[in-house]
Amino acid sequence: MNLAESLRIALRALNANKVRSALTMLGVIIGVAAVILLVAIGTGVQGEILGQIEGLGSNLLFAFPAAMEGGGGGGQGGLAIRKQFELEDAERVRRVLGSSAIVVPIIQASGTIKAGNKTLRTTIAGGDDQGSEVFTADLAGGRHYNRAEYVGGVRVIGLGATVAKELFPRSDPVGKSVSLNGQRFTVVGHYEAQGGALSGDQDNQVYIPVTTAQRILNTRNISAIIIKAVEADDVERIRAQTRAALRPRFGSQLSVFSQEQTLGLLSQLLGTLTVMLAGIAGISLLVGGIGIMNIMLVSVTERTREIGIRKAVGAKTYDIMSQFVIEAIVLSVAGGAVGMAIGGGGAAVLDRWVPTEVTAWAVALAFFFSAGVGVFFGAYPAWRASRLDPIEALRYE
Amino acid sequence: MPEQAPPASAATASTCGEGRVVLEARGVDKTYQMEGLEVRALRGVDLRICEGRMLAVMGPSGSGKSTLMHIIGLLDRPTAGSVRVEGEEVSHMAPNELAAVRNKRIGFVFQSFNLLPRTSALANVELPLVYAGVGGGERARRARESLERIGLGDRLGHFSSQLSGGQQQRVAIARALVTEPSIVLADEPTGNLDSRSGVEVMSILQDLNRQGITIIVVTHDPRVAQHAERIVHLSDGRIVRHEIVEDRTCADDEMAEILARAEEE
Repeated sequence: MNLAESLRIALRALNANKVRSALTMLGVIIGVAAVILLVAIGTGVQGEILGQIEGLGSNLLFAFPAAMEGGGGGGQGGLAIRKQFELEDAERVRRVLGSSAIVVPIIQASGTIKAGNKTLRTTIAGGDDQGSEVFTADLAGGRHYNRAEYVGGVRVIGLGATVAKELFPRSDPVGKSVSLNGQRFTVVGHYEAQGGALSGDQDNQVYIPVTTAQRILNTRNISAIIIKAVEADDVERIRAQTRAALRPRFGSQLSVFSQEQTLGLLSQLLGTLTVMLAGIAGISLLVGGIGIMNIMLVSVTERTREIGIRKAVGAKTYDIMSQFVIEAIVLSVAGGAVGMAIGGGGAAVLDRWVPTEVTAWAVALAFFFSAGVGVFFGAYPAWRASRLDPIEALRYE
Repeated sequence: MPEQAPPASAATASTCGEGRVVLEARGVDKTYQMEGLEVRALRGVDLRICEGRMLAVMGPSGSGKSTLMHIIGLLDRPTAGSVRVEGEEVSHMAPNELAAVRNKRIGFVFQSFNLLPRTSALANVELPLVYAGVGGGERARRARESLERIGLGDRLGHFSSQLSGGQQQRVAIARALVTEPSIVLADEPTGNLDSRSGVEVMSILQDLNRQGITIIVVTHDPRVAQHAERIVHLSDGRIVRHEIVEDRTCADDEMAEILARAEEE
């Protein structure tokens, strides 16, 4: 018996039980659609977040004093103190790099901001007058703090979108005074919301001059130095120069890494998340497969007599086996095709709210997995069918 | 008794008077294990069937006639003894080999018709040819010829549920004939039919037999058995008597009687 013949028999059998066939397929349809949809969302969100970070510019470098390694050696190691950057370090880097880069000393700390009777936890971001070059938020009103305010350590503040909205829901915050960690500040500007998943936190930031930040935090240190290369191609050279400039004071306890490395790390993380989503959806596909097995077992029992008739007139084990396996494959592949259509269509519709991207590998995976599910879960019922004794099967009522 | 089993020394390609031996069973034993109990369904059955004959196997229920039918129909294998179909030893064949021989040499007609549901008469008759590997066009042609032969040429597309019992049994006969088998094996072919349809079916079987087809009818009903040329009586798993039917019933005469009676009423 050839394949076309088996296919025709399978289609006839499935057609005879339309509702049951459709319900069985539903399991696979949901599974395949879920795989495609979840992977599409995962990939889409990943793309958007990476795009946002890339929007910061691939020409950014971040310099941090590295944490002390455990070292393992004895001696005076126990008392080793992590050396922090100071403003002079940023100055030194700036001198070395000259006009090839913008160098911004950064302080990042958490703080409490108050206006009237409202209090909010917030992140303080301190920079110099060029801070707006490396912080990505766009002005919604007012201005950035200026050079004079940076040099003088004046208590002026720019509010992120969330902060501005929470503290001044109905009025323009510019010119108002707020209290940050107990100190009075004058609002000079506020910023647009950046939206998006990862940057949500940035809307809860306030921007002040780094010198002011040192004063209210009572420190001489800064958290990091951000270097923005004027030419993106220069990044590697600038990285080397930055290292060289800081090495006399920090030696090897220094890390300078680029946007690209951050991207790589994040991309890996988000990729893992996407695979996890696919895995969860895969489980539903597995459940759909078990549904197929269940129905095929019922179908074999129900058609015991038919199997007996077929065997009596000369069907071999192989004929019966292939008949039922093909039936299961037709169920799962048809379900897979419908699931792909729904998954693809669903991703297109969802794209209005969530970024989605249907990838070829997810579609291929879902399709071959569903076909595999058919073979795998159809095999056992088919084997049972093929093993039936023709006499018993003919006697079966 | 010319048709009794030959002595064990007889040649395998034995003949019986005028015809070839199409099926020969020798010393067939069949023992079942039923819940730990051994049941000896057949005890040393010897049987020879010559080409073109019509034989009835008769016996009460439990006599072993179903078991014998399964074994000569190659649906089952004997525990001991030999079964030859057209000289070929089949008692040790694997299930798949038996299926192939069954497909080619044996046509079944069952008491409960055993047609595939939701399937047309034509497709039902095509079924053995599907497993014989006969392709589309020829398959449909042969199935149609077979249905025409038993007078159902106008019911090709009907589903079994749209046919009367008698018609369904005739479809089953057409299916049994389509591979041109050596033997048509009919197990209580009239058991589920009203008397008129039963006579009709017997008339077809007799007619086919006149055309040279070998037929075995398994039945518990003496009136059905009277249509055969010869009756083998089974009891407790043994052949207890061979009977040559003296006054053979002709189904066509019966039919005429039924029609005449219907006219009188």
